[in-house]
Amino acid sequence: MSKDDQILHSAVAGKAPAKEEASPSAFKLFFEEVAGIAQFTGHFFRELIKPPYEFKEFAKQAYLIGYKTLPLVGITGFIMGLVLTIQSRPTLSEFGAESWIPAMVSVSIVREIGPVITALIFAGKVGSGIGAELASMKVTEQIDAMEVSGINPFNYVVVTRVMAAMLMLPVLVIISDAIGLYGSYVGVNIKGDVSFHLYFLQAFEKLEFADVIPATIKTFVFGLAIGIIGCFKGYNSNKGTEGVGEAANSAVVIGSLCVFIIDMIAVQVTTLIYN
Amino acid sequence: MEDIVAEIKHLKKSFGTKEVLKDISVTLKKGENLVILGKSGTGKSVLIKCLVGLLAPDGGEITLLGKNIAELKDDELNEVRKKIGFLFQSAALYDSMTVRENLVFPLRGLKEKGSKEDNEKLVREALQNVGLEEAIDKMPSELSGGMRKRVGLARTLIMKPEIILYDEPTTGLDPITSKEISQLILDVQKKYNAAAIIITHDVECARITANRMMVIKNGITAAEGTFKELSNSEDEWVRSFFQ
Repeated sequence: MSKDDQILHSAVAGKAPAKEEASPSAFKLFFEEVAGIAQFTGHFFRELIKPPYEFKEFAKQAYLIGYKTLPLVGITGFIMGLVLTIQSRPTLSEFGAESWIPAMVSVSIVREIGPVITALIFAGKVGSGIGAELASMKVTEQIDAMEVSGINPFNYVVVTRVMAAMLMLPVLVIISDAIGLYGSYVGVNIKGDVSFHLYFLQAFEKLEFADVIPATIKTFVFGLAIGIIGCFKGYNSNKGTEGVGEAANSAVVIGSLCVFIIDMIAVQVTTLIYN
Repeated sequence: MEDIVAEIKHLKKSFGTKEVLKDISVTLKKGENLVILGKSGTGKSVLIKCLVGLLAPDGGEITLLGKNIAELKDDELNEVRKKIGFLFQSAALYDSMTVRENLVFPLRGLKEKGSKEDNEKLVREALQNVGLEEAIDKMPSELSGGMRKRVGLARTLIMKPEIILYDEPTTGLDPITSKEISQLILDVQKKYNAAAIIITHDVECARITANRMMVIKNGITAAEGTFKELSNSEDEWVRSFFQ
């Protein structure tokens, strides 16, 4: 990268070139990062309601983010259900409560494990992908090229990806939960003999809307957070090719952390509402 | 005054404590090729990025096609940008799109959208002008450096710009391809009668393309004139570029 470009990339991120910059404290950097993400989120909501609406690009991103992540999420969901069943069986059999396995697994998967594990897998695959792609577009001046063509790059690149992440994650979680329950059914039948019909009857018997609705709503927020963080890190990348790896890495780390924080808040809110 | 398409007055731009552009004034006339020479890091690219509003200047005034860009709203600035072509140093082709899609992409910003057939005709015409019609279905990763620059140029030409900004168009190319690109810049000038600012440190490119030249040193204009005048300059530093 030329010296001109290094200066430019520093400038775009609102920073002075590295040599002149005094190293700010980690505390200051943290708050700068939080403020940056908040500002970026505000920009996203403003652009979301403004035309033109890029439906074609949104559909393409929904396909790439949703459909292409399905095998990974499916396999993880299956293993999750299977392992949970196999691990809990010995403890439950000690109390003669093996018949509780379907209900216990279904509530665990639908309420907590399914959304969180799927969101973490999603942050790893989709968040890092978005971060790396946007950072690479930034480094190769593709985002600048859109801007000088008179096309709003934020609308085309960020809004479509965040929307796709926000709408596809709940779908993936529902599919992952279903496959997880099937995995549990397989687990139950390794040492037992329970019919498909009976297993799912028992699994759904203990599930209520109070389990399903909040769990689904929080996955929209997980998707929004993962999409925003991935786009923020990529869009504001400013260290050339090194920045691409850094954007991908921090998109996963911060995205995963956000999933846990949102989950903690969601659990508190759900408890307040339903209790 | 009527034939001036871009005017920069006393432009200043700093990054942190580093003053990149201290006081630059430039005018660009309709149909002329202005070559800007200077060492790396002297702010040549910063200058043209300020011109199209990619960077906000710290001081000075920029008038583009009769409009002061500092006073324009985002939508108005985008309308002006549609009349400006920008060939980036790396060509900045969209990796995930074919050459055809790359060329069609800027057309989506037009108020009057053409039919699919009209767009196809424009794409083929732009690619013909750069001699790359056969690459229409290729992905950017399948193209050589020279081909990428040509496609980048075709993407700027498709909008029939009044001003084209070339950011180091021959950097990283072999001498033969560099000469071809320089010749292409000249052909574009003749065919489209577009004004152009060419940022380069390739003296051969400057010799072929320049109607007028400007040399930047330490953030200010060190010299201005024709290729011949500058190559025979009394200033040894300016002359050193041409040796």
